[in-house]
Amino acid sequence: MFETIILMADATIRVATPLILAALAGMFSERSGVVNIALEGKLLAAAFAGAATAYITGSAWLGVCAGVLVSILLALLHGFASITHRGDQVVSGMAINILATGLTVTLGRYWFNQGGQTPALSGDARFAPITLPGADALQDVPVVGLIYSELISGHSIIEYVALAAVPLSWYVLFKTRFGLRLRAVGDSPAAVDTAGISVAGMRYSAMVICGLLVGLAGVYLSVGQTAQFIPNMSAGKGYMALAALIFGKWRPVTAMAACLLFGFLDALAIRLQGVSVGDFPIPVQAIEALPYILTVFLLAGFIGKAVAPKAIGVPYTKERE
Amino acid sequence: MTQSQNYAIELKKIDKRFGAVHANKAIDLKVPAGTIHGIIGENGAGKSTLMSIIYGFYTPNSGEMFVDGKPYNPNNSQEAIAAGIGMVHQHFMLVDTFTVLENVVLGAESGWKLEDSLKAARKKLHQIEKDYGLDVPLDKLVGDLPVGLQQRVEILKALYRDAKLLILDEPTGVLTPQEADHLFAILDKLRSQGTTVIIITHKLREVLAITDNISVMRQGQMVADVKTSDTNREELAELMVGRKVRLKVDKSEAKPAKELLKVNKLGYVDHSGVKRVKDISFSVRAGELVGIAGVSGNGQSEILSLLSGILKPTSGSFELNGHTISVDKPADPQQVRAMGVGHIPEDRHKQGLINKFEAQEAYILGYHNLPKYNKGLLQDKAAISKICQESMDKWDVRPNDIHLKTANFSGGNQQKLVIAREMEENPDVLLIGQPTRGVDIGAIEYIHQQIIASRDAGKAVLLVSVELDEILSLADRILVVFDGAIVGELQAHQADEKTLGLMMANIIPDHIKESIAQGETA
Amino acid sequence: MSQAKVPAWVTIALLPAINVLVAFLVSALLFIYIDINPLDAIKVMWTGAFGYAEGFGYTLYYTTGFIFTGLAVAVAYHAGLFNIGVEGQAYIGGLGVGIICLTLGEYAPWYVVFPVAVIAGGIFGAAWAFIPAYLQAKRGSHIVITTIMFNFIAASLMAYLLVDILKPETTMATESRVFAQGSWLPKMHELFAMFGINVAPSPLNISFIFALLCCVFVWLFIWHSRWGYEIRSIGANASAASYAGINYLKIIVITMLLSGMLAGFFGINVLQGELHQIKLNFVEGFGFTGIAVALMGRNHPVGVVLASLLFGFLYQGGAELSFDYGVDRNIVVVLQGLVILFSGALEYMFKPSIERIYLRLFGKQEHGVA
Repeated sequence: MFETIILMADATIRVATPLILAALAGMFSERSGVVNIALEGKLLAAAFAGAATAYITGSAWLGVCAGVLVSILLALLHGFASITHRGDQVVSGMAINILATGLTVTLGRYWFNQGGQTPALSGDARFAPITLPGADALQDVPVVGLIYSELISGHSIIEYVALAAVPLSWYVLFKTRFGLRLRAVGDSPAAVDTAGISVAGMRYSAMVICGLLVGLAGVYLSVGQTAQFIPNMSAGKGYMALAALIFGKWRPVTAMAACLLFGFLDALAIRLQGVSVGDFPIPVQAIEALPYILTVFLLAGFIGKAVAPKAIGVPYTKERE
Repeated sequence: MTQSQNYAIELKKIDKRFGAVHANKAIDLKVPAGTIHGIIGENGAGKSTLMSIIYGFYTPNSGEMFVDGKPYNPNNSQEAIAAGIGMVHQHFMLVDTFTVLENVVLGAESGWKLEDSLKAARKKLHQIEKDYGLDVPLDKLVGDLPVGLQQRVEILKALYRDAKLLILDEPTGVLTPQEADHLFAILDKLRSQGTTVIIITHKLREVLAITDNISVMRQGQMVADVKTSDTNREELAELMVGRKVRLKVDKSEAKPAKELLKVNKLGYVDHSGVKRVKDISFSVRAGELVGIAGVSGNGQSEILSLLSGILKPTSGSFELNGHTISVDKPADPQQVRAMGVGHIPEDRHKQGLINKFEAQEAYILGYHNLPKYNKGLLQDKAAISKICQESMDKWDVRPNDIHLKTANFSGGNQQKLVIAREMEENPDVLLIGQPTRGVDIGAIEYIHQQIIASRDAGKAVLLVSVELDEILSLADRILVVFDGAIVGELQAHQADEKTLGLMMANIIPDHIKESIAQGETA
Repeated sequence: MSQAKVPAWVTIALLPAINVLVAFLVSALLFIYIDINPLDAIKVMWTGAFGYAEGFGYTLYYTTGFIFTGLAVAVAYHAGLFNIGVEGQAYIGGLGVGIICLTLGEYAPWYVVFPVAVIAGGIFGAAWAFIPAYLQAKRGSHIVITTIMFNFIAASLMAYLLVDILKPETTMATESRVFAQGSWLPKMHELFAMFGINVAPSPLNISFIFALLCCVFVWLFIWHSRWGYEIRSIGANASAASYAGINYLKIIVITMLLSGMLAGFFGINVLQGELHQIKLNFVEGFGFTGIAVALMGRNHPVGVVLASLLFGFLYQGGAELSFDYGVDRNIVVVLQGLVILFSGALEYMFKPSIERIYLRLFGKQEHGVA
């Protein structure tokens, strides 16, 4: 029983990792006032770029660089449309998502001829699990040993990065000058402007950070989890991350908690496959639909109402006569 | 002849166009150091553009500026701040979710670690507060502060950045007369310490009270530069508009008849649980104009919204033209209109009109379900056009084009459109909120005349306004609200600015208390 | 606040046309990269879509589908709502259509089944839009995310229904049994044949006419009825709408129901008109394309028809391209994304330049006018 819980917690972390990174990415963007529907597209594009590069170069790290770079480029494009041209942020976000869907498959098929997939990765092109010091030795120690060797040790590097990113984001957002200005831009861009700080500059910086984090998430999906890119593999994770962020009231720790909840539910769902409720076998499609249903529940605010940064979604224009 | 060095700021032939709009035409301005200088003008005169140029938001097309005798060409507000210029905007540039300290520090932090900046700021602010008598709680959230204190935060921001020239844009719009007095005391202190102050305002009474010199702008040009002691209200008004202006409305005695609006212990609790309207009771008769005076945010907006049906009461009731509306029998705005009520809202942009609609479409807002505008399942476009055109002719709305989008009308004409729409339905009760906000003097005259005319025609008129002049000039009876309750009621002849000002701050003068006790005001 | 005298047609027609052109030019770069000459590509696409009767029929058949989804998105947009859920609403609407065809279709001829299927498709599609609408109006839940979630849920639901309930025991493919032939909608070429005109067979069926009728209905409803006035008011200025006594919750829900209904009609064209059975994923992304169609068509029925025609051309032409060059059909998805980007998000990017050029060329005649 205990072992099951540990294994499920392990799985929770694995599933939650891309969500946590994407949610933090969304947090920086939305806290600065740019609605980020495009997390999904950036996730997908980074997954593709990462897997393709990892395959071609044989190195997972170069894959990470490529994925992050692509994601940042898309984030800048999103910024260009939303910030410089004051376009509707939801529309530009959807445009990016659709672009990503189309481009990844088109290029994938052109380069690799496998119907849009990238070839499977192996060896250095993947992330090896990291065994923390003493994990092997402690393996047999009851309770603590299992927790240490299974749960805490043995994750790949990106998973550790994701967990570390949470307190780091919290520090940047609440304890630095940059964070103060960022939060101000999302609430009252006019105040920032009259204080002599560039609103556009802050928002673009936020977009770059967003691109970095969600790029990592995307590469983790392909290189870290499935060892290849599969068309549409993001399967709505970008939106779920956004829902987790909203549910977490745009704060790093609560958003992470929501992501862990998603992860846990996924782990639970896998266990429930084949299980019956009375005489009625739970159809596999119902399990598939669970994360999406949960997202709707989170957004319906049955678990509390969330107040967005005040200036979110509104392009900033100086007052004119 | 004073030398340039004695001018805190000097503008020579500053010119600015936006496309085809010539906002500033060769403006000259000389502000002597250590004085309080007033700049007055109507909406659209170009004052805000000029201030934005001084603050570095816009670059002029031509002309020169000098600060303390040195050439000054800011490319952004940071350079303006560096040159010692601070600006307090009409709409505060504050982050409601930050504390006062965080707001002051924003943009002027001393390093990347926030902790250090906040500590350094606290020290300097304590000193500034001592020097200038500006007392503000540094650790409270700005959003929780009253408006008067929020304004002080803005001033603190400027002083923290060592401003030598302080520009205030319409500073007293949101203050009670007493708070305005406090502000002027602070400005006086600043002047004595060598700071120069520029005040932009349209309030003639105040600019005469506090300034040393006044510059008048009209239609993009600087038309006059006078010493305050040499001029008066009438002269200034004439300079602003370009012709003689009647500042007071001629009106005859009111002849009130039966009660058309009777409010009975009306209460409203908003969605965050705060009681915004505290069981108020009053009445308005046909042929009478009752004014509600009070500082913005004391429940007046909610009162108007409750009476017009936009908000539903949480306790109490009111009677409109014989119909009772209460918690159990609520009414929506269209039902209220059908009872014979017209509502001119406080904010024509947010509530009264829809910017992207054509004038004729905006004209049926609230009345779109009436049979006269519909033919079966579809709208009767011909009837809508005809009725709107007739109204626009009658009320002289310009440009006279029913197809023009409402966003393209001037403030005064937009307001005329709203007033026309509400009055043409010939309601028995008129609810009016801030009718002349953002409207130039010429149109104000006309609108005030129309409001009095409707009162004389036998309508019951309820007027909510933060402009005391307007209330004093139009109302027959005045109710003062404070924190959601009616704290006093006076007949027009008993009221003056000082008395109302005290009551708006919930200080009831003794002679009013006595008359309430004696039942003179009922 | 520029008061330049640029006529309305520049902003209404020229600017969108340029936006689309730029989208095409950018995608041309992609074509070049995958070793296809863009000019050849256009030629192949044009011939495939308009060059011969059967191809043209296919183009119009796709256009019909885009009109339904485009109208659905456009209607929602007028209330300020971004309905990304058209894909799922069309899918569930198709379920309604399919059920009627599988049941009533056994006994009644197509002209009896048709109106009932329309009603069923509309109701099912509207029902799928109801919960996101209600949650947005009552609880402020972002309708973009909820509708996307409902797309995924629809996919799971339909997969389950098709695999476990609708699929006959005898087949392997995830599809329902074939509808009775009497319930099939007549094709346009059959209709023409009745008048002695010989046209090559294609999937184009009479739901094309129904789609055009829907356009007229939407036009009348949104711009000529008081409910449409209320919808546009809420979309333009919710505070003013509340001042006018317009009920926010009611209008948001009604708008989305209408939108879902139009999406539900999609099934009429594809299922009763052509496939004659419910197949897995028969919506195939048309719901998402509807977003591009609505944005390009400026949310107006006339624009939607023109944009639908364009996308019909892209879809049919894209099939031809795929056939001739082996390029993945997803290249058309890239084009969609670019169209949404330039027509939606970067809508006004070219406006200043176009206005300047126009004034330089034609502005001189304006002098002397006050």
